[in-house]
Amino acid sequence: MATVTVNGKEVEIGASERLNCIQAASKVGVEIPAYCWHPALSVVASCRMCLVEVGDKKPDGTVAMQPKLVPGCQTPAKDGTVIISDSQKVKDARKATLEYLLLNHPLDCPTCDQAGECYLQDYSFNYGRGYSRLNEPKNIKPDKTYIGDQITLFTDRCIMCTRCVRFTREVSGSAELQVVSRGSHEEIDIFPGHPVNNPLAGNVVDLCPVGALCSKDFLYQQRVWWLKSQSSVCPGCSTGCSITVDQNEERVYRLHPRTNEKAQGHFMCDEGRFGWKYTHSDQRLTSPEARTNGHVTSSDFDSVLASVRTALKKAAQGKGKVAAVLSPWMTVEEAYLLAGFLKSLSGEVTLAMGPVRIEGKDDQFPKDVKGNVVEPVKFTIRAEKAPNRSGVEAVLSHFAGDVMPFEELLRLSSTGKFSAVYLVGGDPEGWISEIQAEAFSKIETVIVQDILSSPVLKHATHVLPSGTFVEREGVFVNHKGLAQMIRRSVRGPDGTRPDGRLLWELAERSGLIQTDTLRSEIAAAIPALAVIGNAELKVNGVLLDEAAVAV
Amino acid sequence: MTETKAKPKKTVAWVEEPQLGFWESTFVPAIMKGLKTTLKHVTDRAPVTQQYPEQKPDLPLHYRGVHRLNRDEKDRVKCVACMMCATACPANCISIEAQAAPPEWPDRDKFPKSFVLDELRCIYCGMCEEACPVDAIELTHIYDLTGETRDALMFDREKLLSVYDKTKDNPRDPVRTRRGILGPAAEFASLPTLGPATVVPDSDRSARNPTAGVIKGSLGANS
Repeated sequence: MATVTVNGKEVEIGASERLNCIQAASKVGVEIPAYCWHPALSVVASCRMCLVEVGDKKPDGTVAMQPKLVPGCQTPAKDGTVIISDSQKVKDARKATLEYLLLNHPLDCPTCDQAGECYLQDYSFNYGRGYSRLNEPKNIKPDKTYIGDQITLFTDRCIMCTRCVRFTREVSGSAELQVVSRGSHEEIDIFPGHPVNNPLAGNVVDLCPVGALCSKDFLYQQRVWWLKSQSSVCPGCSTGCSITVDQNEERVYRLHPRTNEKAQGHFMCDEGRFGWKYTHSDQRLTSPEARTNGHVTSSDFDSVLASVRTALKKAAQGKGKVAAVLSPWMTVEEAYLLAGFLKSLSGEVTLAMGPVRIEGKDDQFPKDVKGNVVEPVKFTIRAEKAPNRSGVEAVLSHFAGDVMPFEELLRLSSTGKFSAVYLVGGDPEGWISEIQAEAFSKIETVIVQDILSSPVLKHATHVLPSGTFVEREGVFVNHKGLAQMIRRSVRGPDGTRPDGRLLWELAERSGLIQTDTLRSEIAAAIPALAVIGNAELKVNGVLLDEAAVAV
Repeated sequence: MTETKAKPKKTVAWVEEPQLGFWESTFVPAIMKGLKTTLKHVTDRAPVTQQYPEQKPDLPLHYRGVHRLNRDEKDRVKCVACMMCATACPANCISIEAQAAPPEWPDRDKFPKSFVLDELRCIYCGMCEEACPVDAIELTHIYDLTGETRDALMFDREKLLSVYDKTKDNPRDPVRTRRGILGPAAEFASLPTLGPATVVPDSDRSARNPTAGVIKGSLGANS
């Protein structure tokens, strides 16, 4: 064990931990400000914001301090390291550094999108001198409105931390960004004709500690202090990136990655980042329907649900006449509610796994110029475009013993085995083709619970409009069996209900849905999912036993 | 238990009733004094009532009435859609949608695509005016605001600009500053750098410079 002293407080560092002074200081709650340093990127020590006094405690107890200030990001903390970050010398250095960083900064905070979550603002407030002594004109560089389809660069706000440059070189591997010119003429730029359009490009906006790189999608949409955030999980693929959903007045404005070493690390892909737009689409199903011979006979939730219940109960009297398709877009709770409800109607119910969309191959980063993956892999966009296959499979194998694939259910359906099927959709890209939908054309009762229209809707006798991932609460289990919570950020449009609530009411459970109690029930009932009752689930998620979950 | 009576603290000061003299006890002088006041009002012919609406009141210069959105020297809306007013507004009556400025406007990044101010919800506190970094929104002396529907009093950008056109020449509603561009960087050619808003010790270089706005003194913690 190594002991590091930070501002007089001692902290123990694990033998295998390789920390720099910033990380060691954060262990005792001391913030060392830094712009250019990022835990996922290489160290350049160029911003000079993290300058601290560093010394060495000798075995005889004397402390030898280094005469000069050293950058905390570049100095490893080892046994006996003494870090001082609150001396006048350090404070003066920070003040001077900030004054220099702000020399050419336009100070256009009122119109800057970063204002409110800007490190320049925060550090100026905490460590800066509060005013500029510059009497000469500022060096203002023209903005570059196109450096990528999703990114715009306000060149004048840049402080040259080069986080974005290092990201494109080290994580995406595409190396589109670079620093051109020298001294106060330094600028971030792209090679002509090679914009930043890699699948991870959006991350440079999050990495930018100031308002220089902005997302075109979010630009001027909202002031950040109006946004209310909720921790959630990206449903785009089975990587299951931890994210934060920012909404205001029942409208989602952006998603951004939430650092979670257990899940994906620090970043997320653009596909997930901008893949939430269907939530506010005008194509959403917004009217519950019960149909008889193609005519809508009722369009109010209570009567439609009652009708669904009657139809299912009637079909359940026959032997093995009820089937259900559980979508990999359902949460564990929803899958448990539906499977449990149908199982309680008839022990002979057929439960199948919905179609899991696979697109191409897993896309790994960083890549070299030829597109070959460079080890170590730092980010993976998975081909399996569904958030919760593992979780739903765990529920299915608990209730049905094995996991029936969708094709098998289609085959059985077209033979006329069933008189009622309950289909759950949820995939915004569509989950069933015209030909596949024909399998359900002869079935007496077809209940469709979905967010968007699909070919199977024309055979449906009951339509239940449900919620997207920002409107629901529950657990998603990602590719490696990490169970994480999605949380409700916004209310769905009128005429929709979150899946959990729909199924809770369908199962005629009393009161309102409480996912907490439901989770403890699942944890007790399904050994493979026993850990989802743990409190850690709500922070960074819990790993299920790898072996217990069918992979 | 023994009951001990605590001595009450002397908090009440007793004032003895003044002794009345002979005339005072007859009440005649007091009655005469009262009648004098009454008679003064009976015989006073100068009116105090203002004949509104024929005669308009002279409101104080700081009166806060209907808002206006100022125009800049090129007749564009001065507002830069920073939404500071909407943030400061305690009544939540301002809603702005921003749009990126066209490339021929190099002096700003964005402008309001829509600017709607609910004059019915507004409490006329003037916080929006305080918050505005470019002095684009100002409160005028217009107080007689009427409308036939609630929607008519949801003032949009054009309506607020028309209030500016109507009031800009009124000497009681002057355009208060010439500040119109955002940030010192935008005006570096014409304006001196603004000095610190904090007190600067004499040893500081900026205290010796002829910069506008420097507050000299040794109180400042900034050394």
